[in-house]
Amino acid sequence: MIHTIFHKHHTNAGAKMVQFAGFEMPIQYPTGILEEHRTVRNAVGVFDVSHMGEFEVTGTDALALIQHITLNDASKLVPGKAQYSAMCFDDGGIVDDLLVYMMSENNYMLVVNGANVTKDLAWVTKHAEMFPNVSVVDASNKVNLLAVQGPKSPDTLQPLTTTPLSEIPYYSFVETELAGIPMIVSRTGYTGEMGFELYFRGDEAVADAVIAALWKEGSAHGIAWIGLGARDTLRLEKGYCLYGNDIDATTNPIEAGLGWITKLAKGDFVASDVIAAVKGEGAKRKLVGFKMLTEKLIPRVGYQLQLDGKEIGKTTSGNISPGLNVGIGMAYVATEYATPGTLIDVFARNTTFPAEVVKMPFL
Amino acid sequence: MNVPEDLKYTKDHEWVRVEGNIGTVGLTEHAVGELGDVVYVDIPDATASLAQGDTFGTVEAVKTVADLYAPVGGTLTEVNPINGAPDIVNRDPYGDGWLVKIEMTDAGELDGLMSAAEYKAHTGQ
Repeated sequence: MIHTIFHKHHTNAGAKMVQFAGFEMPIQYPTGILEEHRTVRNAVGVFDVSHMGEFEVTGTDALALIQHITLNDASKLVPGKAQYSAMCFDDGGIVDDLLVYMMSENNYMLVVNGANVTKDLAWVTKHAEMFPNVSVVDASNKVNLLAVQGPKSPDTLQPLTTTPLSEIPYYSFVETELAGIPMIVSRTGYTGEMGFELYFRGDEAVADAVIAALWKEGSAHGIAWIGLGARDTLRLEKGYCLYGNDIDATTNPIEAGLGWITKLAKGDFVASDVIAAVKGEGAKRKLVGFKMLTEKLIPRVGYQLQLDGKEIGKTTSGNISPGLNVGIGMAYVATEYATPGTLIDVFARNTTFPAEVVKMPFL
Repeated sequence: MNVPEDLKYTKDHEWVRVEGNIGTVGLTEHAVGELGDVVYVDIPDATASLAQGDTFGTVEAVKTVADLYAPVGGTLTEVNPINGAPDIVNRDPYGDGWLVKIEMTDAGELDGLMSAAEYKAHTGQ
């Protein structure tokens, strides 16, 4: 089991650890998932997401490679901008969703899901062979990643850097020093809150220094560690897809609601013909959000959605929304059932519980 | 981990407090530690007649869902109205976070349950 460089901080904080993406990662701390969730919505929380993968893509063909394998139009990027994107297999199934960072001309960083690093690296490397002037380097084991999220994240981080954080727009980043450590400070996150992601290299002493600085400035704002459990409730409330749950090799980006990052106008890319066909015909099914109309049931992955006793889909993500205090979930349903306001049932415990298709984000 | 001496325990991590022919039932501290934040306790039939081991309800927690089993046979006489503030199950599992009271049909079934010492051993303490 691989430990991140912050492992001892998790155990010192009393974290319950679980195996995730080959790493031993904190799922929750003693205050519990609901309290962690509220900490991020109301104050500031810190996630260790060092299990995420980082690939450095460099060379005069770097942009051409990224344009070829990702859905979004990376030519729109300028140095200091990041972009949410995804990669598809030839049949339109999703390899992974990812962030594309433009560091400088001919120099990009791809940030991929921790559970997909090996698969993604093979996919990117295979396609890189078609381009003479590009290098792909997996820096995942060298890069530490903390997400500092919540309305008090600027107050926590600003004393630690001379870079004016309020001047970093959403999906932008700066390479600067924070807590005396060179790092990428990125105005991104997976919580829907004001927040930053900090990418930096270095050994345990460097990691300890960053943690000490964050807690020194953040204590007055109620800073706390946040585990994977609250990461899931936070992203679900905002309707963000989780790879492996809501998107995978069997789902295409149009039905997954990722049409907004699928830029067919940029020219041919892997699976662009298949995706164009789906878009032309209209998706047969759609990823929808649903909200329970009873507090008795929290939807869980795999629970059947029914209409008049007939299965219309299966829950791909489900949990309680701490903000709405009711169960919420996502599922693929035939397009005819995807209209917000459609009343459905969730089948569990040998009975059904009423729910309603709703627009995402849930709040 | 707190395991009160005066209670009986089941392998499903429930406890029973016996007063006359009434058994008060709740979840152990170990159980709520594993479940995490409890958000709803669903007991569909508040007057159910149960055999030992029957399912009588469900606990919804943020991380997972768990069934509730009757530790002894009998009839439900009272359900703790905790759903306005279900975190009481996490905060006080052996006290105000109790779940139901059962009028027991056969107190002899208690003999098959675990003592505090046996339950500690069962949970590896």
